[in-house]
Amino acid sequence: MYPVLLFKEEMMKRGLKFGCLSVMVLALVAAGNRPQEAAAAGGTVISGSVSVTGNVPAPAKIKMAADPACAQAHPDAVMAQDIVASGGKLRWVLVYVKEGLTGSFPAPAEPVVINQTGCMYEPHVFGIQVGQKLEIVNSDSTLHNINCQANTNKKFNIAQPVKGMKTTKTFDQPELGVPFKCNVHPWMSARAGVFSHPFFAVTDASGAFSIKGLPAGTYTIEAWQEKLGAQSQKVTVADGETKEISFSFAAK
Amino acid sequence: MSKIFSTDHKVIGIQFLITSLLFMVFGGGLAMLVRWQLGWPGHALPFMERIAPSGMPGGVMLPEYYNMLFTMHGSVMIFFGIIPLLSGAFGNYLIPLKVGAPDMAFPRLNALSYWMFPPAAAIVLSGFFLEGGAAAAGWTAYPPLSGLKETMGIGQTMWTAGILVLGFSNIFGAVNYITTIINHRAPGMTFHRLPISIWALFTTAVLTLLATPVLASALILLLLDRTIGTSFFLPAGLIVDGTTLAHAGGQVLLWQHLFWFYSHPAVYIMILPAMGFVSDILPTFSRKPIFGYHAIAYSAVAIGAVGFLVWAHHMFQAGMNPMLGTSFMIATMVVAVPTGVKIFSWLGTLWRGSIRLKTPMLHALGFISMFLIGGLTGIFLASTPVDMYMHDTYFVVGHLHYVLFGGSLFGAFAGITFWYPKMFGRMLNDRLGKVHFWLTFVLFNAVMFPMFVLGLGGMPRRIYDYTQYAGLVHFTGLNRMMSLAAFTLMTSQFLFAFNFFWSMFRGKKAGDNPWEATTLEWTVPSPPPHGNFAGPVTVHCGPYEYSVPGAKRDWTMQTEKSQGKAH
Amino acid sequence: MLLPESASTYGPKVDQLFWIILWITGFFFFVVQGCLLLFVLKYRNRPGQKAAYVHGNNWVEIVWTVIPALILLALTIASQKVWAEIRYPKYAPLASFQVEILAEQFAWNIRYPGPDGQFGTADDISTINQMHLPVGMPVQINIRSKDVIHSFFVPEFRVKQDAVPGLPTRVWVEATRPGQFEIRCAELCGLGHYRMRGLVTTEPIADFQAWLTETKANE
Repeated sequence: MYPVLLFKEEMMKRGLKFGCLSVMVLALVAAGNRPQEAAAAGGTVISGSVSVTGNVPAPAKIKMAADPACAQAHPDAVMAQDIVASGGKLRWVLVYVKEGLTGSFPAPAEPVVINQTGCMYEPHVFGIQVGQKLEIVNSDSTLHNINCQANTNKKFNIAQPVKGMKTTKTFDQPELGVPFKCNVHPWMSARAGVFSHPFFAVTDASGAFSIKGLPAGTYTIEAWQEKLGAQSQKVTVADGETKEISFSFAAK
Repeated sequence: MSKIFSTDHKVIGIQFLITSLLFMVFGGGLAMLVRWQLGWPGHALPFMERIAPSGMPGGVMLPEYYNMLFTMHGSVMIFFGIIPLLSGAFGNYLIPLKVGAPDMAFPRLNALSYWMFPPAAAIVLSGFFLEGGAAAAGWTAYPPLSGLKETMGIGQTMWTAGILVLGFSNIFGAVNYITTIINHRAPGMTFHRLPISIWALFTTAVLTLLATPVLASALILLLLDRTIGTSFFLPAGLIVDGTTLAHAGGQVLLWQHLFWFYSHPAVYIMILPAMGFVSDILPTFSRKPIFGYHAIAYSAVAIGAVGFLVWAHHMFQAGMNPMLGTSFMIATMVVAVPTGVKIFSWLGTLWRGSIRLKTPMLHALGFISMFLIGGLTGIFLASTPVDMYMHDTYFVVGHLHYVLFGGSLFGAFAGITFWYPKMFGRMLNDRLGKVHFWLTFVLFNAVMFPMFVLGLGGMPRRIYDYTQYAGLVHFTGLNRMMSLAAFTLMTSQFLFAFNFFWSMFRGKKAGDNPWEATTLEWTVPSPPPHGNFAGPVTVHCGPYEYSVPGAKRDWTMQTEKSQGKAH
Repeated sequence: MLLPESASTYGPKVDQLFWIILWITGFFFFVVQGCLLLFVLKYRNRPGQKAAYVHGNNWVEIVWTVIPALILLALTIASQKVWAEIRYPKYAPLASFQVEILAEQFAWNIRYPGPDGQFGTADDISTINQMHLPVGMPVQINIRSKDVIHSFFVPEFRVKQDAVPGLPTRVWVEATRPGQFEIRCAELCGLGHYRMRGLVTTEPIADFQAWLTETKANE
């Protein structure tokens, strides 16, 4: 009699273990189906740098004297930002996923801020998601007009005559290289990349960029510089993998 | 239904009257917003955020909205205010009555002319509700700014189309006025027995008929440039926001020539009727014939004729051959002569009169006083070198407001207060009328006279924030005072509006001839019945037979034989 | 001081015309307003005040037509003299220097031809909104526009000229004193029209040359 009881208890214990394990596996599988969880689970990083070879032309000096309010903000010379290179590394290059993504990515609630300060745009190049708020701020005591000559998106041109004025806009189409200018200060220029996803970055002063959190897979990554054009390459990442890639532009 | 679409010239005249007065209130409101920005540049006006969220975010006016405001202020006041008021309302109401006709020559065309007016205004004003807002290139709409989709949005297209519709309304009205005056005068009403107001309205109608089609052509060409890619006013090589546009072959100055060819006669369209009213009112309230009837009558014709030869004085600095500056300066100086003749003739009418200072007379005297300033300041602008400094400054803004408000609007008030009893069968309250006159007179000068000072100081017009110029910052206090005066001026118009509507129901009943005047409209009941005159009318004397020696009373109706000079 | 102090050779001539016109119009202003007031008071309706049955007076009417006409004729002749001097090409002085303005929404692009005297070559000197002129030497200013009509207005010079796309225009100026003067755009050109502000610095010829050299070096 005792061995049958023992066997039953054993079976119950095993059943319990099996049940718990199943639940855990089921839970894990269920969890794996949610994208965010997959990202955390994925933990991919695509990073690298963008460099430039050849003779980069010296940038033009900006005529800040055109407006006393601008000249006051800059005791030293300010250079144009159309090609910013130092030590062979390119700044202000937009790096982004061009192909390979599936699913939709809702725009974050946090806005991207573009600031007009010292009669320059900060940042000079930025990425933003479709539907994400763009907050345009005038931090100068002079008139700036934010003139957006978008192509696929709707153009707009709004004056901000008073310091501290804020205007909010959104883009509803993906578009690469949306130009912003100020008519009062003709040297002011900014470019935006509007994407339907959050996987983009802009290179810093050392040419470095990093795109985190892509799901495992194969992607086309493109780098775009406003004067030197675009270059792309295919990258495959597995969960938790960090991939180093680099781009090199030839100065014309 | 037939009442609303009435073909009776009196109903149509009152329709024009009420509609244009309403638009003038709206135009005045726009001016208040302009004055707010000029008095307190960049300050927030909180309640405006709800009314104009994109134009005044947080209640702070944007420059593009300021440009819309003065554009629409000018356009509304000129096209939907003064022209329909002086020509549409008074032309319609007075002409058949004063020439002795039962109605206009073409009553249905007349009704059409009115019913094109509100839709035209609606089209122009629709811009406020469309993407990019209303037209913002000034009432003068110079291309390329006004002619490119890239620089002005759909509101500018609507402005162009709406003014075009209004132009046709004006032309139809002019056809009626000219035909009626020539063909439908009562027996005995020779041209030299016509009241001066009819001479004025006749000249105005001829100007309208000849000049408006030129504006229409210009507007059509502008519309085509804006919509289907023609280049009438757009030269090659335009670069807007970094893009070279495909237009080629157009002439920028062509618009200015076509526009001003209409718009200079247009200013005479806006002043001649007012001068005509004053010429009727002065004899009535001086109990004296007009001094120099022929001179005043023919000076109106002369102003109209010479007025066609001066248009390019608006373009002295526009890039024309300077010899055109010379020729147009000569013509402009010439037109000052018949204008001066009128002023002196009015003085001659007052001299040795027996002056009754009722409200219509106060407005008529105010007209003379203010139009004098407007006319004299025009002489500065006529001198091409002085114009080189004054052009596009506040000196011009002061000049134009003295002739259009000081002149046309006081003339309109004179006409309204004078003919109100005939129109509505009741008297306006005279004391309230006088208070309104004095407030308007004083406050108007407080707002407008400093503009000459601003202009001499080099303050350009159409400037959202003059404090950006170090040399103009010291005008802040003056601008602020002008704005406060403007707000008070606008508010005091409420007295006129109240008087207007209250008296319609509670005013003292007016008889046929409450002012003891002589012309034909005062021989019939107030208001006159349909068909105006009970029986056939015969005219026996001139329009201003007052104080005829030996006569029973100090006025002789035109239907009576005068014992004095019969004309 | 109603007008800003003139800084050009023809400035005082324009001002003189202005003051003459002000005296004449001022005279008529006071005479007419005075008569208005006088007549309204003297001839106001009161018991026994009878109006005179007068239709006019030919002589008086002729006088008040002819005299204003003669005055206006004199003003026209006086104005034409100054106008021709400033505007007619055949009376313009031989320019010592050339400068070009290319107006755009919303800035003044100023360009000097440099030592070779030709516009469009490598030695051109360009600025935005900053113009320098030598004192005491006539300068020809060539004005063009890139997009819409603007207008070059310097109050102290008493100069104004529209910048018209597709129609090059020009003015000449000879500065009479050193100083700094504002350029104000005097033709509505869009939302930045109010802010199209430039600065003209007038200085002795040596300083002017030095500025040109320095600006070129800093480019």
